[in-house]
Amino acid sequence: MPNIPIFAAIGGYELEELKGIMIMQGFAGITLFSVFLLMALGLVIIFGQMKVINMAHGEFLTAGAYTTVFLSEMTHKFMPGLMPIYFPIAMLAAFGVAFLLGWIVEYLLIRHLYSRPLDTLLATWGISMIMQQGFRLIFGGREAGAIMPEWLMGSWSPAEGVDIPINGIFLFTTAVFMTLFIFFLLQRSRWGLCVRATVLNRTMANAVGINTARTDRTTFAVGCGLAGIAGAAFTTYGSVSPAAGSLYIIDSFIVVVFGGAGSLIGTVLSAFGIAQAQSILEFFTSGVIAKVMVLLAVIVILMIRPQGLVAMKVRR
Amino acid sequence: MVESSFKRNLFGSRGEVVTFILLVIVLFAVLPASFDIFRLNLTAKYLSLGFAALGLVLCWGYGGILSLGQGLYWGLGGYCMAAFLKLEAAALIAKDTSSDTARALTTVGLPDFMDWNQITELPYLWYPFKSFPLTLILMLFVPGLVAWIVGMAIFKRRVSGVYFAIITQALCWCMEILFVTRQGLTGGINGITDLRTILGFPLGTKGMQDFLYFLTAALALGCVLLCRFLTHCKFGQLLIAIRDMENRVRFSGYDVANFKVFVFVIAALMSAVGGALFTLNVGFMSPKLVSIEPSVYMVIFCALGGRLSPVGAIYGTLLVCFGRTYFSEKFPELWMFIMGGAFIAVTMWCPKGLAGLVETYLPKLWKLLASRVKLPKFLVRAADWMGNDAERGC
Amino acid sequence: MNFVKTSTFAALAALALGVVLPAGAEDWQENWKNPELAKYPTAKVNTTGLMVDDNYVTVGQLHSVTGTMAISETGSVEAERLAIQQINEAGGVLGRQIKIIQEDGASDWPTFNEKAKKLLIQNKVAAVFGCWTSASRKAVLPVFEKENGLLYYPTFYEGLEASKNVFYEGQEATQQIIWGLDWAYAQGCRTFYLLGSDYIWPRTSNKIARIHIERYLKDAKVVGEDYYPLGNTNFNSLINKIKLKNPDCIYSIIVGGSNVAWFKQLKAAGITGDSLAKKKNSSGQGGKLLLTISTTEDEILGIGGENCAGFYTCAKYFQSLDNPNNKAFVEAFKKKYGKDAVIGDVSQAAYEGPWLWVKSVEKAGSFDVDKVVEAAPDVVFDNAPEGPVKIHKNHHLWSRAKLGKMLENGQFEVVAESADQIEPDPFPEKYIK
Repeated sequence: MPNIPIFAAIGGYELEELKGIMIMQGFAGITLFSVFLLMALGLVIIFGQMKVINMAHGEFLTAGAYTTVFLSEMTHKFMPGLMPIYFPIAMLAAFGVAFLLGWIVEYLLIRHLYSRPLDTLLATWGISMIMQQGFRLIFGGREAGAIMPEWLMGSWSPAEGVDIPINGIFLFTTAVFMTLFIFFLLQRSRWGLCVRATVLNRTMANAVGINTARTDRTTFAVGCGLAGIAGAAFTTYGSVSPAAGSLYIIDSFIVVVFGGAGSLIGTVLSAFGIAQAQSILEFFTSGVIAKVMVLLAVIVILMIRPQGLVAMKVRR
Repeated sequence: MVESSFKRNLFGSRGEVVTFILLVIVLFAVLPASFDIFRLNLTAKYLSLGFAALGLVLCWGYGGILSLGQGLYWGLGGYCMAAFLKLEAAALIAKDTSSDTARALTTVGLPDFMDWNQITELPYLWYPFKSFPLTLILMLFVPGLVAWIVGMAIFKRRVSGVYFAIITQALCWCMEILFVTRQGLTGGINGITDLRTILGFPLGTKGMQDFLYFLTAALALGCVLLCRFLTHCKFGQLLIAIRDMENRVRFSGYDVANFKVFVFVIAALMSAVGGALFTLNVGFMSPKLVSIEPSVYMVIFCALGGRLSPVGAIYGTLLVCFGRTYFSEKFPELWMFIMGGAFIAVTMWCPKGLAGLVETYLPKLWKLLASRVKLPKFLVRAADWMGNDAERGC
Repeated sequence: MNFVKTSTFAALAALALGVVLPAGAEDWQENWKNPELAKYPTAKVNTTGLMVDDNYVTVGQLHSVTGTMAISETGSVEAERLAIQQINEAGGVLGRQIKIIQEDGASDWPTFNEKAKKLLIQNKVAAVFGCWTSASRKAVLPVFEKENGLLYYPTFYEGLEASKNVFYEGQEATQQIIWGLDWAYAQGCRTFYLLGSDYIWPRTSNKIARIHIERYLKDAKVVGEDYYPLGNTNFNSLINKIKLKNPDCIYSIIVGGSNVAWFKQLKAAGITGDSLAKKKNSSGQGGKLLLTISTTEDEILGIGGENCAGFYTCAKYFQSLDNPNNKAFVEAFKKKYGKDAVIGDVSQAAYEGPWLWVKSVEKAGSFDVDKVVEAAPDVVFDNAPEGPVKIHKNHHLWSRAKLGKMLENGQFEVVAESADQIEPDPFPEKYIK
């Protein structure tokens, strides 16, 4: 890469150091990519399927995270021997809890609002307020962290000067696995078939005998469950507090909208692009400027190409 | 009886005239008489938030453009006014060079937060705010310009609905981050505090607070009339058409984007005025007021009050804000549940908000009352007079 | 109304009742009669119309009980209530029992401003114990100065302020930073990486740190300076930069919830207290270290002790301090709030607030703000858990700086203490210009 000497000169770093940094920074970018991808996965399914913008998505994430924290406390207190293996169980539990919550929310609220997308936005914001306050009451206002099993802590050193955090690898594997799993599910399973049929032509799907209401409910719940898994994965990375979800919500939406709502591939591409851009910029400028620059760039690109990177539908 | 179309556009149907006069009475007579200066100041503060809700009535209720980032324009207006007031306060401190505050500054005459950030001379961006007329112009021009750019870029590309809402939210967030991090320019997360006088008159005195309250109320009512006027004339009809059937309007030959941009800019201007009034009433401006949560609250005010009714927006704002103050004192844990629940209830079951409820149920209640109780003749005649006017419903 | 609507409303109502009914009540001594009324008649002790009567005096508490700062401010609320309870049990102040009006700032500075006005203008409380962030203090300062109120502010902060109406129980920048840096220098650190959350306190603190390192520490230099927004959770780039620069001392002022992400990611990247201590620093005298001034027991509760064992904090109080005052304090705190409660530096400073106010009032013999302010300098609180403290003319406290090493159980081991009490200097000439 011909630009390296210039960067090196700008940063005041030597070439060798720069190589090491680039690898670690690239991996930091991949960690950020996994974070964005996990957050956006659930959203893209819900949005693509039902054109519902779920402003409470962050709260389902928090629900999953709190489940993990709760289970980690329980295991630590009552069954310390099970510490090494509790984490995957906690992730499944997080999925389950968020799935259930999503199911209830859809049944009570969302299904009445399908024809009014802007109103779902507002109604789900109301749900997010209620859920946030619920977390505050049940778990208290303080930050809480889950106790990590040993194998998730520390870093892996493939070469001198290169330290790759293990939880970064874990996040990446989880994100890739979940994406492939969902993709596979959508293409091969019965549920996936129903979803695709409903997206293409709802009336026809109803006529053919598919219970679209049930499909919608399952899809919403699955999307929320994915948020729950993302929440569980995040406990390796940061803390949980009642308002933690709101930190991620805007980023997730930007990723989804930028990728072209409804397209899984678009989401993956957009998550990757945004994450790497932000990560690289963060290194050379400060954290805040990087965020603002990336956000503005995304908005400008959206104004030029409003349907996102990968357009699923032509008509809006 | 021929009514001039202007009068009709401005004041609307008879029912609407009555509600407007009621609002005037409430704001100008009832509240000042029953509230002490502390609560009156609170009301003025809430009314300044209501300007953004008014703007939303226009662009969301009638135009179908949901903007989740009105805080951006509200904040820009507020910060412009705050900049002017801060320069005035700094000059005031500089006059008394022996005071502790003056001695703590490395460069006297500069706003204190610039001094803490080791800035030694006024940044160029602050120069225009030394003059009051220029501040007033910039206070309207800057948010208006930003709204115009955003509107043009988005509406010309026919991006609308949900995408637009998210983009406005992202822009609001961007601005909050920018304002928080440009500490030398904007005071950072502390905001611009310690504002003392305006044009020589001290800000905190009872007389000034009374004056500011009436000014805010008057401007609010002026904006309500403006909203009424815009929605009742042909422009309003077009907006409704655009909201409901955009493509047909386009095929009828209108440039839809221009109308949308226009209404969006008007909403931004109203919000900016509200922001400036807030700074005057409260005496400081903080980036927290520009963030996403207050912007969503503005939407909540509008939704609860009635997204199709300017008067409703004002009532909605006052109701929610006073409710929030009251409940956060008595039942702090409960407040969020009530707020969220009310918001959901309004969105799901009465999209027209309080105003809609009043419109639908008041006549029925009245009929019920009239059939059970013997009412004085003048009341019955007044009700008939109101009801006989053909209302232009939406 | 259909079934869904009714059941939703019923659920909400049930929730409401379940929350409102057990909404915690302090039990005040009902029907308290002031035994010292003759000595301190209301007309004499309250000439400015404060909320004082023959048997009770009312004060205000203004902290964030909800919102992002709730994690930090809850400790202060609890400590202040404990202090007031103890004062009441000992007979109150001027014979009167203290009542509290608690307001929630909701981590929103405009709300702080509004509630401050309410407490001072509407309720006319005799004193307010409140605020945590500098932003909330700056938002309420004009109100206190205009209404001539009294604010007892507990948090360590950046200095550059000495208002007549505020008493600062926490350290200002020079009391916390200079001594801590000197200690790190004594351990052999010569290169420093400064970082923090992006707002005025970390920036001003790092400015002072930089001046001290570059001007007053021989052969020492700053190799990097970075800021991240409050609430940021992604520090990987920063950690890479730090690894690159390889400083002897990582000087961290990360505030609030970000602490959790910061320490977890440090650990994930292989930077721990032990790993740093094993490396040699540039003067050859010992290992490298991480020093913070913003991470106390409250934050470690959320981070998890195993993630930050071996790092250092410079503060004026640690829960593990070994003196009789502190033992009594910790015992009383745990008795009231549960055996798992933790007490951080700011909570202890908040605890001092009511006591300092009571002693100032007793010395002045009156609740009037002007008289209390006049009597306050040189008031001593002997039973402070950190050791005896004294109010300075500039309304700050003399205090000893202490250095603690974080342990896996979430507590600190005190490894060093300043020899004398450090005089507060909120406008340090050496570090302003």
